[in-house]
Amino acid sequence: MSTLQRLTARLGEILDRDSVITDPVRLRTYDCDGLTYHRATPGVVVLPESAEQIAAVVRLCDEYGVPFVARGSGTGLSGGALPRTDGVLIVTSRMREILEIDIPNRRAVVEPGVTNLAITEAVRDRGHYYAPDPSSQQICSIGGNVAENSGGAHCLKYGFTVNHVVGVELVTPQGEIVELSDRDPGYDLLGAFIGSEGTLGIATKITVRLSRTPEAVTTVLAAFTGIEGGGRAVSAIIGAGIVPAAIEMMDALAIEAAEAAVHCGYPEGAGAVLVVELDGPHAEVDHQFAAVERICRETGAFEIRVAASAEERAAIWKGRKSAFAAVGRISPAYIVQDGVVPRTALPEVLAGIDRLQEEFGIRVANVFHAGDGNLHPLVLFDDAVPGQGERAETVSGRILDLCIEHGGSITGEHGVGVDKSRYMPRMFSEEDLDTMQLVRCAFDPKGLSNPGKVFPTPRLCGEVPGVRRGVHPLVESGAAEQF
Amino acid sequence: MSADADLAACGTTVRPAGDGDAVAGVLPRWVALPETTEDVSAVLRVAAAHDLAVVPTGAGTMLDWGPPPGRCDLLVDTCCLNEVLEHAAGDLVTRVQAGVTLGSLAETLASQGQRLVAEPPLEGSTVGGMLATGVAGPLGFRYGTSRDLLIGVTVVLADGTIAKSGGKVVKNVAGYDLGKLFTGSYGTLGVITEAAFRLHPLPADSRWVTAPFPEAGSGDAPDLAGTLAASVLEPAAIELDRPVPGGGMLAVLVEGVAAAERAKAVQDLMGADAEIGEEPPSWWGRLPGDDLLLSLRGLPAALAATLRVVDAQGARLALTPHVRGSAGTCDLRVALPTSSDPDRVADFVTAVRDGIRPLGGRLTGVTLPPDVAVDFWGETGALGLMRRVKDRFDPGHRMSPGRFVGGI
Repeated sequence: MSTLQRLTARLGEILDRDSVITDPVRLRTYDCDGLTYHRATPGVVVLPESAEQIAAVVRLCDEYGVPFVARGSGTGLSGGALPRTDGVLIVTSRMREILEIDIPNRRAVVEPGVTNLAITEAVRDRGHYYAPDPSSQQICSIGGNVAENSGGAHCLKYGFTVNHVVGVELVTPQGEIVELSDRDPGYDLLGAFIGSEGTLGIATKITVRLSRTPEAVTTVLAAFTGIEGGGRAVSAIIGAGIVPAAIEMMDALAIEAAEAAVHCGYPEGAGAVLVVELDGPHAEVDHQFAAVERICRETGAFEIRVAASAEERAAIWKGRKSAFAAVGRISPAYIVQDGVVPRTALPEVLAGIDRLQEEFGIRVANVFHAGDGNLHPLVLFDDAVPGQGERAETVSGRILDLCIEHGGSITGEHGVGVDKSRYMPRMFSEEDLDTMQLVRCAFDPKGLSNPGKVFPTPRLCGEVPGVRRGVHPLVESGAAEQF
Repeated sequence: MSADADLAACGTTVRPAGDGDAVAGVLPRWVALPETTEDVSAVLRVAAAHDLAVVPTGAGTMLDWGPPPGRCDLLVDTCCLNEVLEHAAGDLVTRVQAGVTLGSLAETLASQGQRLVAEPPLEGSTVGGMLATGVAGPLGFRYGTSRDLLIGVTVVLADGTIAKSGGKVVKNVAGYDLGKLFTGSYGTLGVITEAAFRLHPLPADSRWVTAPFPEAGSGDAPDLAGTLAASVLEPAAIELDRPVPGGGMLAVLVEGVAAAERAKAVQDLMGADAEIGEEPPSWWGRLPGDDLLLSLRGLPAALAATLRVVDAQGARLALTPHVRGSAGTCDLRVALPTSSDPDRVADFVTAVRDGIRPLGGRLTGVTLPPDVAVDFWGETGALGLMRRVKDRFDPGHRMSPGRFVGGI
């Protein structure tokens, strides 16, 4: 019997029969996340219902030296939840309860399988919402958001998951249940854990901050003949001291795809559209809207639409939010990238992407969070045409190089996962990566929690060298105790 | 070679320490004055070779925060790491060396109409000091604290390794966020040498609305701070100053083009006694005391109950606690009168901790004389993991030893 088989035989001590999946056909439904070109059938899948069950499974993994991977809704775009064929996949989809809503303290406590949007839906009628809004918010889980430090269109003004999670209960890779709270003294392990892509343990309970629903929201769609005009508008808006809730841009190819898929009715002939959303107190939003409208006209917008109702607002967002899926209408296959550049470098980097398209004969549709320089180039290819997949892969890597050359990052919100770990050394030195992995060694000395993600080469942790010394003088004198 | 000789040869100015260099009463032997990250690395390699205990410092305004170091051989003074490396106004980002003072940085940024929304309570503090202590100012309520604004960091570890994480773009999830780990770590993991921050535009206009703080507990006073915090008027900060129980003032900051208009609406919420001003009250963002200072973090809805615990213990021990800080986030500082009896201070700390624990509150020391016999930091949720992190980053326990939770 393999080690995994021996471990599997003992899962019955922890879980019901219907919470352990070993049937090969059912296992295959878990073989990838949202990044479908990386696939691996998990060795075994478990569907726990509590932190205690997760801790017990993880302790078994620790005992047998078997790797484990956590998975929420499986919508990640970097292969962060790609299973291990020799390991356990721990799926949190049965942990979907909102445990507590505490409006006076503006927070909610939820289980990891709760979807992002479910939190907002639960508190909306009390004037609150959960701010981070990844495009997949209808289905993606909060546990996954914590693992990836998910952003969304509105993080320009409101920040990311890490700015909105104030507490996490987690199962460490050694199977302990530990609470991290932003009120506790000590290292900000909460900040280190969020965005660690499942490599430091599994979140089993999450306390999120709730935000007040803004008094006013204004959504503007501005159409430009080309991407340059849109870029100028973005710079001018930021230069005017305005921080919109979101500034999104789509180029002609992305617009074409969105039209084909969802008939979003963007202005005809647009070479680029800009979606600008302003929110806050009425008086503030009115001023800002007047400024944004003026700036868009001055920078060459040929049509400006303003959403007058929630329906119109949704219509403006529909094209943008469906862009990834829509690209399927104009191309059999595509790679989504997630590079980031300083906002002022956008024109140069977009010109660079144009050159790559010509050089390699590969089309790239550009959808991006223009306000914070986060690009989502969709590199289109036909996998039936020999060599095109490889060329698309090359273009995709070159785009990340462009981002790094301009002082940016290889990922703004999708995470490194398996997909981009090989690019990490282009951005970070060996010392940088080794130092990050000191954190990994502290949490997961055996390297069992989601191995093979984030880092191109694992660091061997070994024993901690050195001895404790330097007893505090107060302790020495008996005046104080250390806790 | 001796430590003296190696320090002299490491390429960085090193001078013998004097009385003014003491860290919470512990005198180091040397003070190093590095000018670059590489200098810091060279100095720390020498320290590693000779098993020297190291404490980093910036302007020293908060150097006495935390318990005294168990030992301290070498002070690494970052005063010469004082360059603003980059202010990319169009990107709303700045990159600075750790020894830059927040005052001089603010001037640089203001020339382009921008600011770093982080304001330590003491004049002259450096970027490195703000990060090492994780100290927050009033605007933390709306914009988050330094950990939320930090987008990249360069650090030097105990063995001299130079490491960076993050970068200079606001949105970035590549790799672990060492900046978060180092923020508030009190110099126990290494030396912060560079930092990059996201910036915000300077507000077009600001108004402060002040009114007496309605004491709950004396009847049915409404939770005014809570009402303001949840208001669509979106105040930027909600601060409380309460020199004596029952004698508090609440001050609310509104910022933006329409600040004047919104301030009037805030004034309506705050009652007939509320006044609008164009300048902050004199106590705004300042510490309520310096030599017997505590930090209290609680849940905002429990503010009134938390204050009742503080008052009751103050009354029992004949200590008058001065409470000041964010009523919006319930992140407060409590000062006790200078030269209070150390046993009574210890009693106060223990009793307040016990009283606010059921309310979700935590009380930690900021500055406490060494004769106050109490666990400086109090309990924390993940001490085991924290020790493991410390052991990996600083296996010899030479970085600011004994200054942090659990004697780390």
